[in-house]
Amino acid sequence: MNSTWSRFNITSIVLGFAFLYLPIVLLIVFSFNESKLVTVWGGFSTKWYVSLFHNQGLMDATWVTARVGVISATVATVLGTLAAITLTRYTRFRGRVLFSGMVFAPLVMPEVITGLSLLLLFVAVGLDRGFFTVTLAHITFTMCFVAVVVQSRLVSFDRSLEEAAMDLGAPPVKTFFQITLPVILPAIISGWMLAFTLSLDDLVIASFSSGPGATTLPMKIYSQVRLGVTPEINAACTILIAVVAVGVIIASIANKRREIQRQLDEQAAQRG
Amino acid sequence: MKSLGSIRRDFAPWNDPNAKPYIQFDKVTKKFGDFTAVNNLSLTIFEREFFALLGASGCGKSTLLRMLAGFEEPTAGRILLDGQDLRGIPPYKRPVNMMFQSYALFPHMTVEKNIAFGLKQEGMPGSDIEKRVAEMLKLVKLEQFAKRKPHQLSGGQRQRVALARSVAKRPKVLLLDEPLGALDKKLREETQFELMDLQQELGLTFVVVTHDQEEAMTMADRIAIMDKGEVMQVATPAEIYEAPTSRFVAHFVGNVNMFEGKVAEHTANATRITGATGAEIVVDNGGKAAAGSDIVFAIRPEKIKVSSKKPADAVNALEGEVYDVAYLGDMTVYHIKLDDGQIVRASALNASRVTEDPLTWNDRAWVSFRPDAGVVLTR
Repeated sequence: MNSTWSRFNITSIVLGFAFLYLPIVLLIVFSFNESKLVTVWGGFSTKWYVSLFHNQGLMDATWVTARVGVISATVATVLGTLAAITLTRYTRFRGRVLFSGMVFAPLVMPEVITGLSLLLLFVAVGLDRGFFTVTLAHITFTMCFVAVVVQSRLVSFDRSLEEAAMDLGAPPVKTFFQITLPVILPAIISGWMLAFTLSLDDLVIASFSSGPGATTLPMKIYSQVRLGVTPEINAACTILIAVVAVGVIIASIANKRREIQRQLDEQAAQRG
Repeated sequence: MKSLGSIRRDFAPWNDPNAKPYIQFDKVTKKFGDFTAVNNLSLTIFEREFFALLGASGCGKSTLLRMLAGFEEPTAGRILLDGQDLRGIPPYKRPVNMMFQSYALFPHMTVEKNIAFGLKQEGMPGSDIEKRVAEMLKLVKLEQFAKRKPHQLSGGQRQRVALARSVAKRPKVLLLDEPLGALDKKLREETQFELMDLQQELGLTFVVVTHDQEEAMTMADRIAIMDKGEVMQVATPAEIYEAPTSRFVAHFVGNVNMFEGKVAEHTANATRITGATGAEIVVDNGGKAAAGSDIVFAIRPEKIKVSSKKPADAVNALEGEVYDVAYLGDMTVYHIKLDDGQIVRASALNASRVTEDPLTWNDRAWVSFRPDAGVVLTR
């Protein structure tokens, strides 16, 4: 393998990363802009961060988003996990292929259609749109993502673990909570985090299903941008990026450490 | 104290007509869709017996074990344990425990917790659990590994944890599904003897499923040879080897030579067999086959003597040519091509360092055997 840094390699890397990260870097840089004009650099300042925290509208929207995210991710995780278990375990019921297809269809369904159909449903049953409906909508569209993540773990789950637990005297419910759940817990947590992230940055479905008093952060940002981008919005976005980045970094470090620990343990076990 | 060997020698409840069966499969059938895994099978296992189910993969031996454990229900027939019909009793209420082929150790629990799991389900008090776990750890020599998780153990250690966990509840019967399958050869041989000692020490009934005939022969009091969901023969290892009742069993266990033939006639204490070999074979135990019926005469390679001249006193002697010689150190295996084209396998123990009559490729040779050296098979 050729490991030297040819000019071609360097160019491709720079171009590739610029393509991916230049917009985000610009956004972060301009969030520290002194000037009120978004595209003109007027010196370094953190005043937009300060004013952000005094912007009641944005803060309310953040609070709504956080609550919608936590509640919808939690409910979606429970439902998605149940769906995954049913689809991996009960492989013999009629129409299983149809069911599993239907669980995963929302993955590729255009968001506009999901949003619109939910809106029609809410209107039809006479639900007042607001916090409740947006949460419900988020549960609907994140559930299938959880199901996919948990199902992929369950496929490689060794069923003899459950049989062993039952053989040793644990009834099915106890077996589920003491054996199955702890073993698939990492997948359930990833499913929850995925659902939470999806809920956090959803604009389309929230716009259809939300109502007065339940404006989420992406909706708020979008509506403000239509009136002109302010550095305040840049600051809000930078904080969002930071939160996500920190989350990703912590998760990957924990993962890496676990992996290394496992390898060390296995080597120790081989030595006896 | 009596030695293990003498206990095992005197143990033969299957020959005692008054012995009470402990586990009984009564005309058990198990179907998965159109596939019949176990077909109208009846089998009796006695208390404290070390019983092996031996067969190729797909013969239904694991299904039999899983029905005993309660993971599968028979489609038809009954399974009795100590007189109690097991139908409808879920696995978590059966007084049997199983050691799984994959060991199925709980990955999120330490060795201690794994062993204690079954005891906790029983509602045993904490101090008693501790005592029992310590006892089990000592039994399998893993005291210093109590706090480890399964992935921090070697294959042999995991196997011992699985064993300790499955005997911790003192089940009436321990079921072992290919217990040594994942171990390397040397470890497997050691563990075979450990399992036998353990079974005697705890006084449990063991039912082991294996596809390894050596393993079954070494450990088991009796072996059931299975094929296509049916039991072909149940007998002690020696009987299985020396007196197989069918071609399948004769073929399945060890090496064997088979001669197709017909029963020519029965005399007072012998049976004459004529067949494809041209020559006649005289045996003294062919009584069951009717005169004129097609039979197979089966004989083990080590029961056949190879010599360069026809032995003067031989009842049965066939002439041929040395086709192949394999020197294995402790013994030599000859393949003799008889004059009718059939190849006979014979093995000779190399008891002395120098053989006075060395046979080699293409030599003329005689194979001879005694009238009681083989068996006559009718099926």
